[in-house]
Amino acid sequence: MMKLNQWMLTVVAAAALAGCGSTVKLDEVAVEDKAGQAVASVDANALGASSAASKSQTTVTTLAPAKAATGGDLMVAGGRVVYFDYDSSAIRSEFQAVIEAHARALKADKARKANIEGHTDERGGREYNLALGQKRAEAVRKALSLLGVPESQMEAVSFGKEKPAMLGGSETAMEKNRRAEISVR
Amino acid sequence: MTKLLLTILTWTLSAAAFAQFRVEVSGVGMTQLPIAVASFRGNEALTQKVALIVQADLERSGQFRGVDAAGAVLDENSRPDVAVWRKQGADALVTGSVTRVAEDRYDVRFRVWDAVRGQDLGGQSHAATSGELRHVAHKIADAVYEKLTGEKGVFSTRIAYVTRNTGVYNLWVADADGEGAQSALRSSEPIISPSWSPSGSQLAYVSFESRKPVVYVHDVDTGKRRLVANFKGSNSAPSWSPDGKTLALTLSRDGGAQIYLMDASAPGAEPRRLASSSAIDTEPTFTADGRTVYFVSDRGGSPQIYRVPLFGGSPERVTFTGSYNISPALSADGRWMAYVSRVNGAFKLHIMELATGQSAAITDTSADENPSFAANSRLVLYATQQQGREALMTTTLDGKVKARLAGQSGDLREPDWGPAAR
Repeated sequence: MMKLNQWMLTVVAAAALAGCGSTVKLDEVAVEDKAGQAVASVDANALGASSAASKSQTTVTTLAPAKAATGGDLMVAGGRVVYFDYDSSAIRSEFQAVIEAHARALKADKARKANIEGHTDERGGREYNLALGQKRAEAVRKALSLLGVPESQMEAVSFGKEKPAMLGGSETAMEKNRRAEISVR
Repeated sequence: MTKLLLTILTWTLSAAAFAQFRVEVSGVGMTQLPIAVASFRGNEALTQKVALIVQADLERSGQFRGVDAAGAVLDENSRPDVAVWRKQGADALVTGSVTRVAEDRYDVRFRVWDAVRGQDLGGQSHAATSGELRHVAHKIADAVYEKLTGEKGVFSTRIAYVTRNTGVYNLWVADADGEGAQSALRSSEPIISPSWSPSGSQLAYVSFESRKPVVYVHDVDTGKRRLVANFKGSNSAPSWSPDGKTLALTLSRDGGAQIYLMDASAPGAEPRRLASSSAIDTEPTFTADGRTVYFVSDRGGSPQIYRVPLFGGSPERVTFTGSYNISPALSADGRWMAYVSRVNGAFKLHIMELATGQSAAITDTSADENPSFAANSRLVLYATQQQGREALMTTTLDGKVKARLAGQSGDLREPDWGPAAR
């Protein structure tokens, strides 16, 4: 049942994001670092001495899945997303239940780890938003810590404005994007 | 005045469809040198038109106004009838040739004329393959720029930027006009904040490929890269010291975004905390003398730009107007700071004269981001949104001459202008 729920959530999330050009977050991350392939540089002094620099770099490469999915996230009743006000990292009282449920789950199974991802809406700079998303993730981490979850079971990270839950600049989209997501594995 | 602007706007809109770039000129009282660049003899059969690239470069600089050469083909040995060019309105003229000397080997020559005095200002020759013609054209534009302004040109420098296109992120290294882009990294996860090392051989950047932000340093000539910061929490905002020995970056390993310094060449080096606050500190950037770091902090309740001396002293606030000032970039001559300030809900590129603290918004757009200076401190490269797409622009410091850079399809973002050509 849990698996099914998770699958359905993924499908819903995928449907919400499909067609918008956004990456649906999956467990596999494909990265090609082009190791050994130089970005051609033309040395001004060597012009005329070498033509090696004009090597083409436009080869289209396929994205290979780097690693398999690492098991499902634990679904905690009451959801796993905490939403925030604009430019704020204060946890609204309505989300205390989400945090308490996660604290119970984490304390019940010390082998579980929580990854807390902070996110922001699209307004402003990428780096400042990354820091603001971090502040939101840290707020959730501290709230869990106050409820007795050891630091070793948690990591707070930020995606800034890079991974919106909903695309577009509408007020609704921005409300959905100012969030921290708790993933327990 | 309004009519003039409208005319220019209409022209740029219609030209945008086919031009490889467009230059927007606004405001009056511009002192631009009118220059004609005649087609280079022997260039007809080749794809890259040297004269067009040179003219586009010169126009983008804001220092020159292109005068239509009316199809004239003149090589470096022709003695132009300067009276004719004066009549066309040109104060300067560039002539030249592209000569095939062997299989895919060309000799590219040019000469600059002062059309007012009828004086030969000299020229140069460059050898190139067809693949190097664009770069040679940028070198020629640099030489013309230097002959006529007395300052170094920046057309043969490189820029880095990121594209997002249908969920694929690419980090590109391109010519200063956005052309000739080559992918350094391709990922299904975001890439942000590329930062050129002072030598121009390495790029530091933030990659989310491991489902959190970590910092890599990537050698663009060999394609090899190494992980430099992957501490617990987020790792971001890398920036090089002018000597290339130190990286400043933002880590949250001790809780909250804080600025640290790391030895750029020693893998596994322990980061040293630069400043300490219970607030957000991020976006560090060094002054050209390497003695001060500018950064963004919300320690006063809203994000503002501060500076802190590296060798003793406390942070000092730099921006006082507005409640959201971020992304400081400093010019190499130490005179200017470019940054983004929120004005009535719009995020606008500003330039501050550091000596006086005087600052002004220099764009009409509302989602400007991530400025960086050209090596000669004369132009700023930044990201913005135009017609709903993310785009890269260059602007003069007074905002009067702007050009949208050509580039890959998709959203173009996170530009960083590389150092002076080696």
